[in-house]
Amino acid sequence: MTLQLTERDRAMLRGDEGAAKKMAMSIIIRMAEISKAEKLLDIVGAHIDSTVYIGDAGLEFAEKLASLGAKVAVPTTLNVSGIDEHHWQEWAVASEWANPAHRQMIAYRSMGTIQTWTCAPYQAPTKPAFGDQIAWGESNAIVFANSVIGARTERYPDLFDICCAITGRAPAMGLHLSKNRAGKILFRLVDISEELQKSDDFYPVLGNLIGKLALDKIPVIDGMTIRPTDDQFKAFGAGAASSGGVAMFHVVGVTPEAPTLEDAFHGNEPAQITDVTMDMLRESRQALNHSNSSKLDMVAVGCPHLSLVEYKKLASLVKGKSKHPDVQFLITSNRAMTQLAQEAGILSLLKDFGVKITVDTCSLTSPMLPPEIKKMMTNSAKHSYYSPGLLGRDVAFGSLEDCVNSAVAGHIVQDERLWKE
Amino acid sequence: MERIVLEGKVVVPGEAQGVALVANEPLSFWGGYDQKTGEIIDRRHVLSGQNAKDKVLAIPFTRGSSTTTAVLLDAIRANTAPAAIITTETDFFFALASVVADELFSSPLSLVTLNENDFAKLKSDDNIQITAEGKVIVSGVAI
Repeated sequence: MTLQLTERDRAMLRGDEGAAKKMAMSIIIRMAEISKAEKLLDIVGAHIDSTVYIGDAGLEFAEKLASLGAKVAVPTTLNVSGIDEHHWQEWAVASEWANPAHRQMIAYRSMGTIQTWTCAPYQAPTKPAFGDQIAWGESNAIVFANSVIGARTERYPDLFDICCAITGRAPAMGLHLSKNRAGKILFRLVDISEELQKSDDFYPVLGNLIGKLALDKIPVIDGMTIRPTDDQFKAFGAGAASSGGVAMFHVVGVTPEAPTLEDAFHGNEPAQITDVTMDMLRESRQALNHSNSSKLDMVAVGCPHLSLVEYKKLASLVKGKSKHPDVQFLITSNRAMTQLAQEAGILSLLKDFGVKITVDTCSLTSPMLPPEIKKMMTNSAKHSYYSPGLLGRDVAFGSLEDCVNSAVAGHIVQDERLWKE
Repeated sequence: MERIVLEGKVVVPGEAQGVALVANEPLSFWGGYDQKTGEIIDRRHVLSGQNAKDKVLAIPFTRGSSTTTAVLLDAIRANTAPAAIITTETDFFFALASVVADELFSSPLSLVTLNENDFAKLKSDDNIQITAEGKVIVSGVAI
């Protein structure tokens, strides 16, 4: 079956709607052919991961599209960039990095996009609805959109997301199509206490484990006895999308396309069944801890970006406490959530404790950390996963409460009660 | 020295040759590939510390980050990319980097897939030649 194009697709490819759409459509069609898609479909929104600054090639791509007059055809949010636009000088970011990273921000800004600068676009009021066809980049956002919202996006990489946004079209393939959204392998939670299921540190640990075992297959989790919060799903999905290539999951009785086990598998049998035991979870938690001492230079929370709910939780945890002077406390979030936290009157409380807030970017996508920061602690499986390769730094893992207690104590403190044998 | 010819499928065509660097586990290029040098920097990956520049990199597929494509594109521009990449299924992230490299710099990266049986025959340090039709010609001391 060859790729069927509409008259409008062909017009865009010819350049009838301008040079930017021509370039974007040419890339989409070549990729649709490589992927054996039969046609393209309309999308109603996009999220652009191409904003992450890597180097000259990505910048050249963005500026080329911008110079050709590219404008997005659908409401389009932006992922993190390479710098906190207005505060990068407060950190160890070199201007040789900041200048091209800023040019890349300007290029994507010029295309009529929504200035969200966040890896958590599902926190914004512009988030998609159930069943919406969208083209999203950013692995944690993709898995959240597909699994928790029930919107439909393929696992799109940088550079492709913007082509879809400019044309309003995407290949009809992968997770856009109902038949490809069925669960493939089953994970059964065995004797996992409700108390642990309610705790925030359960989700990154479980996500790290499921990602490693499921790789690129759609996992179905059965046996969850509570409904996780959006932030818990965020932590789970980010972990699973980092240690594996998970772009969608189902939780039986919880996520929208899995009211029953049968629904989750579209009536098919699981290709594999794995019982998730406490021993496996303990091993996964241990793998997220690759610090070999209790020394601590910085706590980093907000990977993916801190939500308003998490801002409030953090404020209640730090109330009346002071941070140890030798430990820095970094929050990474977006402008919108930080503004809401400001309006809720909790930023001053956090600043009294001694936090520093970075928006638009994070410590994984901006070279912002000074060299004296060697030992870090995080509540994020994603941060823990990428930190050794991207930052060359060891990270300890704990709950948000562990992170606060460690920042107060001046060394790593982890509450083992829920994880004990 | 023995020589075997494996029938690969072309994802993005291009003749290439180089020494094989093979792993059976997927890799994210973001946090996994240093585009300034070609070093594999995912410290949990079996290829950690190896350099893939100008090699024929064979990994089953990519994992994780959406930024893999941008990292590979930057590596292609900086001449630190592998000479070719072999996967077991068409990898959209690699394919896009190659297509965009063609659009921007007219230098696509050769990409082919092998079925899992043939993929399992590859070993690091084999000499590999890839033809424009997707044949993977392996000659190595260790076969």
